[in-house]
Parts: sequence; C-alpha cells; structure tokens
Amino acid sequence: MAKKPIPLSKEFLKGLWDDNPVLRMLLGLCPTLAVTNSAINGLAMGLATTFVLISSSIIISLLRKVIPHQVRIAGYIVIIATFVTVADKFLAAYLPEISIALGPYVPLIVVNCLILGRQEAFSSKNGVGRSIIDGLGMGLGFIFVLVILGSIREILGSATLFNMQILGDWFNPWMIMILPPGAFLTLGLLIGLGNWVNERKVKI
Amino acid sequence: MNKTAKMIIVLTVITALSGAVLSSWDSVTKPKIEYHQLQALKAAISDVLPSYDNYAVQDISGNKVYIGQIDGNSQPAGIAFKVAGSGFQGKISIMVGVDPNFASITGIKVLEQIETPGLGTKIVVDPSNKTNPFWFPEQFNGVVLSPQIDVVKNSIPQNSNEVQAISGATITSKAVVRIINDNIQQIKESYQSAN
Repeated sequence: MAKKPIPLSKEFLKGLWDDNPVLRMLLGLCPTLAVTNSAINGLAMGLATTFVLISSSIIISLLRKVIPHQVRIAGYIVIIATFVTVADKFLAAYLPEISIALGPYVPLIVVNCLILGRQEAFSSKNGVGRSIIDGLGMGLGFIFVLVILGSIREILGSATLFNMQILGDWFNPWMIMILPPGAFLTLGLLIGLGNWVNERKVKI
Repeated sequence: MNKTAKMIIVLTVITALSGAVLSSWDSVTKPKIEYHQLQALKAAISDVLPSYDNYAVQDISGNKVYIGQIDGNSQPAGIAFKVAGSGFQGKISIMVGVDPNFASITGIKVLEQIETPGLGTKIVVDPSNKTNPFWFPEQFNGVVLSPQIDVVKNSIPQNSNEVQAISGATITSKAVVRIINDNIQQIKESYQSAN
C-alpha cells in the first residue's frame, strides 16, 4: 500500500464520495436508517460517530506497532467503546434532548462497522496524520449522507427542517417518511442516485 | 518478550487506561446528568399538579409519590406519581397528578413512549390539531376516577369519567387509560394507609 504515497488530499476526499461509507461501502447502515427521522438527529449522530472515529484512529495508529496482531480486534473494541462512552456521557450531560432522541443508538456506535472497518483497513497500517485525515474524510462523508437523509425525511414527513416550518399548511406530511420504511426508501433512492452519478462521471 | 505475555500485558494496560479515562469522565458528567434528570422530574411534577410551593417525596411500597404542598396549608395541593405499562409498541410511562383525595386527575404527562409517530404520539402532542395540540393529555384534567376512566370513540365524552380516543390510535389511547386505571387503586391504598 505504502509503495507510492497517496496525496493527503486524496485520502481526505475519498471518504466524501469515492469511498463514501454509506453510499459506496454501505457501512454503518443501522444508525443511518434508525436515527435519520430528522436532520438534527442525523447531524448529531454523524458528529458523535466522527468524534469516535477520529479519536480511535489517533490512538490505534499510535499503538499499531504495540498491539499484538492476535488481540488487535479486542484492543480496538476497548478503545472504540471508551470513546463511545465518553461521547454518550457528553451528550447526556450537555445536550440532554439530543441524547434522548438518539436513545440506544449512541452506545451502539461501538458496533458500527464503519469505525472498526477504518481501524482495521487504515489506522492499523498508517501514521497518525494520515489516519486523522482519513477519519475526518470518512466522518464528513457519513455526516453528509445522514444530514441529507434526515433532511429529506424531515421535510416530507414533518414538513419541517431543523425544526423550522418549511412547507405550509397545504402540505399533508407523509407519515411513512419518518417511519422505518421511509428510511429504506430514501436510502435506496440516494444510493441509486449515487450510482447513477458515478456512471455518468466515468463516461465523461 | 514472550508472545502470550505481551498480549496479556497490552490488553491489560489498554483496559486499565480505558477504565481510568471513563471513571474520571464520569465524575465530570454525573452531576450534570443528575441535574437534568431532576429538572425533567420537577417539570413533569409541576405540569401535572395545580400550583404548589414545594413538594415532598414519599416512598410508599416501592413507588415514589410526590406531594405538592402549599405553605401554611396542611392539605396538600395534589399528589403526583409515575405509572408505567405496555402501550401499542412498547413501554409507556406517565406522570399522573391527582387531587389529595384521589377523586379526580389534575393532569397527566407522558414521559416515555415509542408509539407510532403521527398517530400514537398524539398522546404527547398532536401537531395536526392547530387549535390545541395538547388536546389528548389535557382532557384528563379533572377527569373523575370513580368508578374508573373510560374511553369513548368518535364522540364527545358525555360523562365526567370519560376521555375521547385518538382516531387511528385507539390501542394507544386505551393503553394510557388502562395504565392509569390499573395502577391508581394500589397507589391510593398504600398512600392512604401510610398517611
């Protein structure tokens, strides 16, 4: 991998589109589907995940030569779980409303395969700087999709965006959009749109 | 160094450090989390009781009862307590306020629920009702508890012990009433024998 160094900008940008965790790699779909019933929930979940991702990436890339190969997963999970608990307690202490809205999905960041996947595929093989850039790109790509998904579902399902009234009284909210089927429909269409854009990009 | 020994040492150090980080972070956040929980509890109590100066907490047979007291008045303003039971999709917990004689309800507030968004969630707030989004919880104000609360469908309640069901969420509406009916008798008995 490290034969020809990839420019840092590329490490960062790949998370936003080419290797986007949700649209391209389909990682971390459980929180993606579960908490995006409003834009603010999507944003909060994205930020919490990004915090955990970057913090774990720093520690794991620092310890990559210390942790024996045989127990690496156990070590990674302990480190990730530590940061998840820190994030969970932070939300409960400083942003109680968001903490209640996200419910059990904050502790469940531990098992988000996006985070473990990046540690295994990237941070355990790269230096601290590169791992931070990678985590930042992946995290922003995750936030980007969660906010888009949450916005579409909130506008159509509650006629609001970030809790502000967007559509007038003439609009009868589509209840299905804030229910689980709305998450699957919207995500399916977004992934399809992503693939369609990618196909056209290659042709041009 | 022996491979096995290294594995054990590295994992032990990582988990010990993790424990240290978490315990120190917990001591920072714990008072704030408890403060928010207390604020939420106070808000719920003041929502369901008529105005009072302060409240006392009494532990009766495992249930916490909050007694709203008015200064210089021996008669409490009302009694609040938490009841819980299963709704349509999961647990519903409700703060209920009653007058000191357990004759009628002074207010209810749903604290936890995971009912169907847009239908069952109207037990908390109904955004589709522009004149009064809180019509469902508010119709409990003053409802008489004897013989028990009843639910009526598709009509305006005629009797003082009736509330109207939410159309499209009859099961949830009935669950709220059932949870209150099921628990109130026991709390009334243990409260009255304790006081």
